[in-house]
Amino acid sequence: MPRTKERLIEVGLAAAALVTILTTVGIIWVLFSQTFEFFSNVSIISFLTDTQWTPLFADKHFGILPLVAGTFLTTLIAILVALPIGLTIAIYLNEYAPKSFRKIVKPLLEILAAVPTVVYGFFALAVITPFLQNLIPGMAGFNALSAGIVMGIMIIPLITSMSEDALFAVPMSLREASYGMGSTRLQTAFKVMVPAASSGIIVSVILGISRAVGETMIVAIAAGQQPRLTLNPLVPIETITTYIVQVSTGDVAHGSLEYRTIFAAGMALFVFTFILNNISYWVKKKFQEKYE
Amino acid sequence: MNSAVKNRIKDNAFKYFGIACTSFGLLMLAIFIGNILIEGVARIDWDFITNFPSRNPEKAGILPALVGTLWIMGLTAIIAIPLGVSAGVYLEEYGKKSRLANILEINISNLAGVPSIIYGLLGLEIFGRILGMGGSLLAGASTLSLLILPIIIVSTREALKAVPKSIKEASFAMGASKWQTIWYQLLPASFGGVITGIILALSRAIGETAPLIVIGALAYVPFVPASPTDEFSVLPIQIFNWISRPQKGFAINAASAIIILLLVTFVLNGVAMYLRNRWQKKVKW
Repeated sequence: MPRTKERLIEVGLAAAALVTILTTVGIIWVLFSQTFEFFSNVSIISFLTDTQWTPLFADKHFGILPLVAGTFLTTLIAILVALPIGLTIAIYLNEYAPKSFRKIVKPLLEILAAVPTVVYGFFALAVITPFLQNLIPGMAGFNALSAGIVMGIMIIPLITSMSEDALFAVPMSLREASYGMGSTRLQTAFKVMVPAASSGIIVSVILGISRAVGETMIVAIAAGQQPRLTLNPLVPIETITTYIVQVSTGDVAHGSLEYRTIFAAGMALFVFTFILNNISYWVKKKFQEKYE
Repeated sequence: MNSAVKNRIKDNAFKYFGIACTSFGLLMLAIFIGNILIEGVARIDWDFITNFPSRNPEKAGILPALVGTLWIMGLTAIIAIPLGVSAGVYLEEYGKKSRLANILEINISNLAGVPSIIYGLLGLEIFGRILGMGGSLLAGASTLSLLILPIIIVSTREALKAVPKSIKEASFAMGASKWQTIWYQLLPASFGGVITGIILALSRAIGETAPLIVIGALAYVPFVPASPTDEFSVLPIQIFNWISRPQKGFAINAASAIIILLLVTFVLNGVAMYLRNRWQKKVKW
């Protein structure tokens, strides 16, 4: 009898693990079925090429490009902030800072990562936007710039901690060899350590991008809700995620075309992040350098 | 100036740049918390915690949202902990080399990268509509459970991996079955790591806003939810709602509610960090 019990337990545990597969199947099925319905009303060509997104207006256009542009713009700003600062902190902590300093700073940066995103949104709207409006007269109250900057601050800990792990994994002997050749810490960092840890650093950046693309509350609060095809960071825009929130907070009947637009938008979002995550997985597998 | 001197200057310049960047990150954290405290701390009193939302910012309170957050946290824990720990045990101890385990592993790392708002779309359609839960607490907790499942699974596996092989072998040598070994040896030995992962996952869940908005959680709730099938709001949604209003009074309310949300988040994270450190120190095999 004990053997049957063991077997039952194993089956039960496996069933729990299968929930994760069901989740993936569920996500793909929900997005595909609703998007399929959506494309029975809207041609896929106008979805991909129309330059206006106005599903909630009387004159309806269903071009995803303005939402993609908004997402691209905020993501770009976020990475421009997070990559140099995050990577510099990682190099500084690994190559320069005393161990005790590193021990204090890392948990503090982890706090930044634990803050809920709605709080970052408040920060963007209530602190960063007024500050930037003093510097840049004529900047709109909702804009891509402050949302992007705050999103960058949010992503710094992610890039720092993953790059730092990658740098930390490079064997000491490489660093010592470089010092032995008379290199400074800076030369060692950029000519030996960073190249040796490049796969981990690239992965951290790709995951940072993926995080920024999927980020919702900061942009919903601070970047505005006006889809427009622009790369001007000073005017209100709308990202894919914000559109989904905008429709969800309103009153949209189930099964209507407006209801399906959020799944079509979600599909676009899912495709982007799926590609990014798989690139990072591939980079990790392919370029991981193994040291003995 | 020869190149050695130049290099040394560059080296030092980068050092200060590094310090500047690190300070920037910490400074932002400080401004951030300082600003919210200055704006919001004066508004927090007992009425703020026990009042219902109102059109008058001075009378508005967070009671329904706070109770909603506690409900969501409890229900999510009940759903996600058994599922996540079981799945972690299965992957680490049973299905290690099978094809299925390989697929599961790739799948979990992919799920961890799916934006939270997509889980909202999943919950809206599957839990809300097909299973008929609507915008109830149960639908919200189920959605968040799926969202945090990868975190619990990964941390359970890490904790089990850290238990030395000798313990397992000793248990088998005493004639214990596989499940007896897991239940009486491996899980108690990895308890600290498992619980840390669970707390971090739950702290992530109570900060989530977007998926709950998508499944239809309400912005205005004039009642305290009393059962899992009730509609609800949570603190982050209440904050989002207040931020979206133009009046200054609501911005202050938002800051006050943020203080309470941050307090809960930081306490949970602090407990997790404490347990992790204690566990790492105590366990010397």
